[in-house]
Amino acid sequence: MEYINIIFQETYKILFLLVPVLVSVAMIVWLDRRVWAFVQKRQGPNVVGPFGLLQSLADALKYIFKEIIIPASSNKVIFILAPIITMTLALIAWAVIPFGVDQVLADINVGILYIFAVSSLGVYGIIMGGWASNSKYPFLGAIRSAAQMVSYEVSIGIIIINVLLCVGSLNLNDIVIAQKDMWFVIPLFPMFVIFFISALAETNRPPFDLPEAEAELVAGYQTEYSGMMYAMFWLGEYANILLMCALGSILFLGGWLSPIDLYPFNLIPGAIWLILKILLLFILFALVKAIVPRYRYDQLMRLGWKIFLPLSLTYVVLTASYLFYFNLLPTI
Amino acid sequence: MIAHAIFFYVFSIIAVISAIMVTVSKNTVHSVFFLILDFISISCLFIMIGAEFLGMIMLIVYVGAVAVLFLFVVMMLNVAQQKNQWFISKENSGHIPVGLLISIIIFFELIIVIGGWKYKPDLFKTGNISSNEVTNTHSLGQILYTDYIHIFQISGMVLLIAMIGAIVLTFRQREGVKKQSYLKQISRERSEGVDVIEVASNKGVRIDD
Repeated sequence: MEYINIIFQETYKILFLLVPVLVSVAMIVWLDRRVWAFVQKRQGPNVVGPFGLLQSLADALKYIFKEIIIPASSNKVIFILAPIITMTLALIAWAVIPFGVDQVLADINVGILYIFAVSSLGVYGIIMGGWASNSKYPFLGAIRSAAQMVSYEVSIGIIIINVLLCVGSLNLNDIVIAQKDMWFVIPLFPMFVIFFISALAETNRPPFDLPEAEAELVAGYQTEYSGMMYAMFWLGEYANILLMCALGSILFLGGWLSPIDLYPFNLIPGAIWLILKILLLFILFALVKAIVPRYRYDQLMRLGWKIFLPLSLTYVVLTASYLFYFNLLPTI
Repeated sequence: MIAHAIFFYVFSIIAVISAIMVTVSKNTVHSVFFLILDFISISCLFIMIGAEFLGMIMLIVYVGAVAVLFLFVVMMLNVAQQKNQWFISKENSGHIPVGLLISIIIFFELIIVIGGWKYKPDLFKTGNISSNEVTNTHSLGQILYTDYIHIFQISGMVLLIAMIGAIVLTFRQREGVKKQSYLKQISRERSEGVDVIEVASNKGVRIDD
């Protein structure tokens, strides 16, 4: 009886987190298209519902009612598994994101490592989808994305080390609380820029959307997918983007802390501040998509390995020596 | 406690079955996927015994990086078509005795280590990392960077040397490859790029020399 109670409680909590995430993924797709259109002086989706807000819902309905086509020469089990894995991995990472002092589903000690591990597993959805399709374009897209995501994970990991040096804990709530006096975006501003660009590459957003570069690879690893399976790839991708925005706001923009610690701002719950910060970062993501042309593949690799990796490693040394010299290293 | 036992058996059964499937499955790419499943269930077991840092590092390093490279190589070499039939074909079974010998040696080594640890715990000096006040990561760092700093640094050096060796072995300077130099492109001036030429009437001008 006790176990069943616990299971019900946890399920309730998980649903309370996942349903808003899924709804906001749908809304964020609309926002992405609106911002994109705004930059190009177009209207964007504005017909379905007020301001076109229900456009994503209409799209989702269309995907649900479309036929799922599984290529005859594909590896069927892995072909079906790939979008499921993408979607699941994009959603389970939200378990450790803190929305307030105690508003977190799983307050584990190694929260940041958990997010890092889950986002590094995200590449499997793409590789499996590309390989199981048994066709040239998806395979090329999958191979490209494998190299790309592994490369940019390295720099993201080293940037996270920078933040951890200043915090002294791997718990996400501790990271947020350590920014009470000053957000890490001020002392670690170069790392914030590099993190933002690496997050673009990690989530396959333009200008680094080479795995699905439509001019060369049709749609990359998604070429053979249709109907709900395509929609799951698409949902997982946007959930991953939201997750990266959340991670950026927790690491650098103070998570659920209010920007000014004064009377009227204190009353607003932390979740609202976190959502506002995620939205700010997401609008930046959408703007980048609209204004920057796509990178060439060798330029992408050069940027990751020859510029970001040495820069972030140097910054680790700088941060560590600064903290050590002024005796600011965090204690347990 | 019952839930703990159930989860332990679920993860260990998955680990053992997928480890067997790595060697048995006919498709090489499937083998790699089973290897990944094995890694994941082992990291779950690590987390269950309280070694959360090790479990996460296992996921990040082995599943997130090493297995991706495995998969990359297996897919690029296109060995998926070569059926892995060591247990059927006669002429390919010459390596079975060697494999058996190695696995028996590893098995006895494991028995010796586990037996020694069980019956003579003070044979080797081991650090005490199980303490309730500090987290797993903190205690690991405190031991790794104090008592075992030399071993830690030496293993880092070994990895560095392996990396340099791999680069030296595979690196070759190729001739005639066009390289883009950003510095050169940015520092180009108008005077180098544009040439104003007086074109003589009825003579024309050669632009490519």
